[in-house]
Amino acid sequence: MAATKVVVDPITRIEGHLRIEVQAEGGRITNSWASATQFRGLERILKGRDPRDAWAFSQRICGVCTVVHAVASLRAVEDALDIRIPPNANTIRNLMVGMQFIHDHVIHFYHLHALDWVDVTSALKADPAAAAKIAQGLSPWPNNSESNFRAVLERLKTFVSGGQLGIFTNGYWGHPAYKLPPEVNLIAVAHYLEALDWQRDIIRLHAIFGGKNPHPNFVVGGMASAINIEDTQTINAERLTDVKQMIDRAQRFIDQVYWPDIVAIAGFYKEWASIGGGAKNYLCYGEFPSTDIRDLSSLYFPRGIVMNRDLSKVVPFDHMGVAEQVTSSWYQYPAGAEAGLHPWDGDTTPNYTGPKAPYEYLQEEKKYSWMKSPRYNGAVMEVGPLARCLVAYAAGHQEVKAQVDELLGKLQVGPEALFSTLGRTGARAVETVLLGRLMQTWYNQLVDRIKGGDVATFNGDKWDPSKWPAEAKGFGYMDAPRGALGHWVRVKDGKLENFQAVVPSTWNCSPRDAQGQMGPYELSLVDNHPLIDPERPLEILRTVHSFDPCLACGVHVLDATGRTITEVKVQ
Amino acid sequence: MLLPTSTPWSTDEALGTYLERRGVSRRDFVTFCGEMAAILGLSASMAPRVLKALEAVKRPPVVWLSLQECTGCTESILRTAEPTIGDLLLETISLDFQENLMAAAGHAAEKALHDAMEANKGKYVLVVTGSVPLEEDGIYLTIAGRTAKTILEEAAAGAAHVIAVGACAHWGNVQAANPNPTGAVGVNQIVKDKPVVNIAGCPPIADVITATIVHVLTFGRVPELDSQGRPKFAYGARIHDQCPRRANYDAGQFVEAFDDEAARKGYCLYHVGCKGPATFSPCPIFMWNTRTSWPIGAGHPCIGCTEVGFWDTMTPFYGRLPNIAGMSVEKTADTIGALAVAGTAVGIAGHAALTAAGRLKARKELPQHPQGPPSSGGPNPSSVS
Repeated sequence: MAATKVVVDPITRIEGHLRIEVQAEGGRITNSWASATQFRGLERILKGRDPRDAWAFSQRICGVCTVVHAVASLRAVEDALDIRIPPNANTIRNLMVGMQFIHDHVIHFYHLHALDWVDVTSALKADPAAAAKIAQGLSPWPNNSESNFRAVLERLKTFVSGGQLGIFTNGYWGHPAYKLPPEVNLIAVAHYLEALDWQRDIIRLHAIFGGKNPHPNFVVGGMASAINIEDTQTINAERLTDVKQMIDRAQRFIDQVYWPDIVAIAGFYKEWASIGGGAKNYLCYGEFPSTDIRDLSSLYFPRGIVMNRDLSKVVPFDHMGVAEQVTSSWYQYPAGAEAGLHPWDGDTTPNYTGPKAPYEYLQEEKKYSWMKSPRYNGAVMEVGPLARCLVAYAAGHQEVKAQVDELLGKLQVGPEALFSTLGRTGARAVETVLLGRLMQTWYNQLVDRIKGGDVATFNGDKWDPSKWPAEAKGFGYMDAPRGALGHWVRVKDGKLENFQAVVPSTWNCSPRDAQGQMGPYELSLVDNHPLIDPERPLEILRTVHSFDPCLACGVHVLDATGRTITEVKVQ
Repeated sequence: MLLPTSTPWSTDEALGTYLERRGVSRRDFVTFCGEMAAILGLSASMAPRVLKALEAVKRPPVVWLSLQECTGCTESILRTAEPTIGDLLLETISLDFQENLMAAAGHAAEKALHDAMEANKGKYVLVVTGSVPLEEDGIYLTIAGRTAKTILEEAAAGAAHVIAVGACAHWGNVQAANPNPTGAVGVNQIVKDKPVVNIAGCPPIADVITATIVHVLTFGRVPELDSQGRPKFAYGARIHDQCPRRANYDAGQFVEAFDDEAARKGYCLYHVGCKGPATFSPCPIFMWNTRTSWPIGAGHPCIGCTEVGFWDTMTPFYGRLPNIAGMSVEKTADTIGALAVAGTAVGIAGHAALTAAGRLKARKELPQHPQGPPSSGGPNPSSVS
């Protein structure tokens, strides 16, 4: 029997535009291709601009992970100009990035990923009393009551009988890969709805320090939100109290809803702990500095690489080992650069060679994506929560280890289960629990400093361009919710001479390289991967969503005449 | 919004009946209509008309396209104000196709789009986020193998109303900033045969979308638009003229550097680059994230994100606007010129002292008092302080 060609485009419930093609035979996926079908282009746009404006431009790379590109750009410019931000600014940025992680991860699970595991129509058959019993056995969350589940069930029934399925239209309901009992489906649907109100509340933290979300404001050298606990227009006692309450509510939801749901749902899908592993190397840049971003020893999540799934050691990372290839991407490199270019020397000459739209398949094409292929010393790297978790685990990080071991213990599986579709989803929850606690720590640090009389949020020593060197370059790194993110800048005569970014989804969504190595999405889809019904590719969505794709990316730049230039790929 | 609701609003049911069935009190509904009338710039006597019209309207089908963008606009809508009738309205709209949240993918998703358009041909509201890249025959964005331009043209052909949400759909936004590498344009460059309402901002405040939909439902047509296609009810006044820090401006109290003593007193941000004087937006009134704060409220200058071309006309963001004398508070973008980096002159004494709610109601009645620029805000177009 010949392999069946399957196209899933659009991949929904992600950020951006992603196309997946596979070949399947006998219920298994035998080959796969990941293609980014959008290109926006920012590097050329940033050229010649004021470096202090860069954060606002690069922030617009993505409205989902809205703070991470802003912060990576700030760090790159602050690195280039040797600007040290005050401790309060570092803590406030940690609080904002931390809340971004929490917000992103919980939304990802309930609103983007859950429908891959939760059959909404099955919940209709649930017994609310039994659901309450199960939920109360998992957590003391006050809304896990029979009356609440009954109310949700009624909502759902009216909804379905009204014939208005809205966003649930044409879902793969009843697919045999759905394994949850009706009661657990009902619990998940109830929490899906609760999470929607919750996310709206907790992300207000960004509005307090940055004026709004999405796209809160930052400033090179620190934060613009001045602290004065006696004033109405500043960060004052009332706003700090509001922040504290948001952190409390965030942590309570993580501990009493999200974590128990992950553990419970994972228990029904343990076979997915041996499916979708894919890439064997895991890279983390490190994140959450307690002092200065330049002090790698102060990072909560350590920097490093786990090679070949060997958890006995962490390999050091040097950003000079990063190189991007365009073997399968719609770009053309100068002769001799087939092995890849470091972002400092990056080149993005677009050269679309794909079929004319409308088209049916890309899989016969030699080049098939706007995404480049970043490699580390030639090796494929997966980035994201799982990479962060594995590097910390291998480095002996006590808190990460304890939380991972709790998850593995409850599921009665070993660490090898982490290298999987389920492992990615579990690792995301592990770090969310830890971040809920860290938010409290950071908040207390901020308040203690204010109590001690330190209210500085901004270092203006080098605000004026006359204080800048004639030429400078900087590397701004961040381990964002979706993984390793790097911004590289060159400043010359007070202007941005060059700006480049290599983002998490570029690592993970990369196409085949010069050696024929597939990227992490592609590898995961051919790793012991089922596809029962090509017409209803539920299993593909499970694995692709486990990476939390954020594709606004592919965003390389070129000029209008078709020659050129550099890039910004987006997370 | 975007979610299943306890009580679906069925296709042929009047909104009034529906809300009653849903348990919304008459009093809340009347209050909501009053607020909407105020936001829409209607006199209080119009509230009953809004009420009467809304009570009778039928559920509008909505098709939502996500094109070349960052998804920030959808995120903004997910952060809209605390559950209100406005929320209910949005929530009950039948979103048969929304890529970011829908369960189906691939062919099944495409079929949902197609079915929704076929079933409601000529009747649906088309909401678009994201721009349309035109260079290289539009190959910089394809969905299901088709270009954004093709998809938009097809969806717009059957739409009753077109609402472009956010700066990308409005005019192209950051990817259209000089030199606009992908040839990104806004929806109204493609859709020419019907009015396109532009909900400006990067991202916009979601409440403006609610109010626009209320307007469409009430009057059966889109609200009055300025030359940029923005509803005048939301974008008819400058930030500067509604700013709580306006009194500081008038008194010559300026922040000269972030975190200086003036910043710690919440003074005016004009000297550190605030573009409020050239920006038409309801930010100070609607505020952000369930009225938690807004950019100037958190100490950062406005960057002018509701204005066409702001990445080029408002940068450097920390540079001071030129000072143009004689600008009246009642002038709109039409008379100032959309791209002009407009003036900071004009004051209405005591304007800033009004509460946001007060301003909302008082806006129409305020007299015009054009004045010269304050002496301390001297013109200095190029300086970055």
